Amino acid sequence: MLTQRLLLSDRGGMLVLGLVLLTAIIVPILNLAVPSDSPLYVSNYTVALLGKFLCFALLALSVDLIWGYAGILSLGHGAFFSLGGYAMGMYLMRQIGDRGVYGHPELMDFMVVLNWDKLPWYWQGFDMFWFAMLMVLLVPGLLALVFGWLAFRSRVTGVYFAIITQALTYALMLAFFRNEMGFGGNNGLNDFKEILGFDLAAKTTRVGLFVASAFALIIGYMACRYIVTSRMGRVIIAIRDAESRTRFSGYQVESYKLWLFVFSAMLAAVAGALYVPQVGIINPGEFSPLNSIEMVVWVATGGRGTLFGAIVGAFSVNYAKTFFTTFSPETWLFILGGLFVLVTLLLPKGIVGLFDRFSRKGDKQ
Amino acid sequence: MNPLEQLRETWRRDQVFDFVQPAPDFSTKVDTTHGPILYVEDVSVSFDGFKALNNLNLYIDDGELRCIIGPNGAGKTTMMDVITGKTRPDTGSVWFGQRMNLLKLSEHEIARGGIGRKFQKPTIFEALSVFENLELATASNKHVWYTLNKSLTGEQLDRIDEVLKLIGLKEQFRMEAGALSHGQKQWLEIGMLLMQNPRVLLVDEPVAGMTGEEVEHTAELLTSLAGRHSVIVVEHDMAFVRSIARKVTVLHQGSVLAEGTMDQVQNDPRVVEVYLGE
Repeated sequence: MLTQRLLLSDRGGMLVLGLVLLTAIIVPILNLAVPSDSPLYVSNYTVALLGKFLCFALLALSVDLIWGYAGILSLGHGAFFSLGGYAMGMYLMRQIGDRGVYGHPELMDFMVVLNWDKLPWYWQGFDMFWFAMLMVLLVPGLLALVFGWLAFRSRVTGVYFAIITQALTYALMLAFFRNEMGFGGNNGLNDFKEILGFDLAAKTTRVGLFVASAFALIIGYMACRYIVTSRMGRVIIAIRDAESRTRFSGYQVESYKLWLFVFSAMLAAVAGALYVPQVGIINPGEFSPLNSIEMVVWVATGGRGTLFGAIVGAFSVNYAKTFFTTFSPETWLFILGGLFVLVTLLLPKGIVGLFDRFSRKGDKQ
Repeated sequence: MNPLEQLRETWRRDQVFDFVQPAPDFSTKVDTTHGPILYVEDVSVSFDGFKALNNLNLYIDDGELRCIIGPNGAGKTTMMDVITGKTRPDTGSVWFGQRMNLLKLSEHEIARGGIGRKFQKPTIFEALSVFENLELATASNKHVWYTLNKSLTGEQLDRIDEVLKLIGLKEQFRMEAGALSHGQKQWLEIGMLLMQNPRVLLVDEPVAGMTGEEVEHTAELLTSLAGRHSVIVVEHDMAFVRSIARKVTVLHQGSVLAEGTMDQVQNDPRVVEVYLGE
């Protein structure tokens, strides 16, 4: 009954998830087992790229959940993504130990440069993996809880909410740029060595992270499906369509919004935590408001309010970005802007909606 | 209110503290032993100096069907906003039964406690099916975790079936609510109110934009609801009011101008003046 509810009734989602699963199986084989001079060989670069896209897809999923279903446009999801990334980065930094440039057994290189003599309190505990993972969820979750509680309780909605979330991520960016914050300032956290004892430069570790990202995406998708197909999911759609009616039907609208917002923030944070070891760096640039807007473009392009549309959007826009920034870097921003205008005007339901339209035409003939 | 006044208010000899008040709940019987189910007393609301309600007094008996009429700007919608917790009055008190102070409760608590409201413009969940609309309105535990994990019981499903029959949308139950006709949307919204098991129904202009046949149907529906529920209807359509009303209240400039049967009210010279001018 649960499989019926989560999977069988969702043909597009099953197709997309099937493709993700297939990639998670085939790419590692082609990367590890096929000799590098074979035409079937998948390069390390491609594995890293696809791994990044998988993280972005999970991030897009979290944006779609809150924007597509609850109608809350958050232009600050990059903040939660980055905070998750920083928590993971802190763990990876602690794993460096005395192999840093200055060889200090406990302090990070940037702390040595700042002449600090001991580890700040908020870096304590991050040498333990479980603690770091807990923080990946807890810190962004708590921020979302406090921020959301204040915003939703005051009934801040629509464009005002979008603006304050932009301000949130911008403020965090400025804070993380400061060296005295103790997060590496401008350079952020980088030069990671190993995760859970595995060498981060090794091929197998990279493939392992890739597979972990794919499974995180699949599990995240299932969790989102579980929410949107439950009665709670219908309440959330109801809030999007007629908030006052929902309130007068006896639902405490604020708490529904808040829980969904917190869950979405945690999902984004997990994406960030998987992203950082794969790209090998996290810096305050990730908090940039522009990043958060780009996430919304992924979802809009893929098709909002479908969940799998977000995955399609994240992959296609990021693929296009990689393609254009390699061949003609100066045109990319124009293309991104053009894409957004085009999608808004012509494809209100995104790429997924386009397929829908074709298949319905096919049915008629 | 300055601190001194606040202190004085707190230590008033007849002060009833909030924690002694019962929580709004379907299982709590609304205390109506003295007749009225809804007490609106001396309520005033002003928006930027404009008095929307001016010392309004209104008592609704348990199970009664009351029509409220009045020219535009008489304060009909504001009165509903006050009762349902959307607007807080400047002065006055609003009690539901004898023990529930509505001014201390929020909108969703008042709705759970048993006051349902239908908006002027039909407000339903357009993207959901007719069935799902009623499902969401069903009186049940409405906390986040509960709705995430539990579906409705058989009893509640039977009730949905019953209401679908009552509002005449049995055949359309799978249809997306946004695709219904205007009249059907109005009925669906009334059906959603009924799913809440309310003691009091506030209905704002139920027949606006309906065809003659639909109006008749709605009149039948509302009169059949009176008795089991108290129904308050705000309406402009005089013919409709005449067809259902037993007692009519006329509002004018935020207070009650006249009250009585339709004939009494219509022959009242003050009412004639307000409606027809000098």
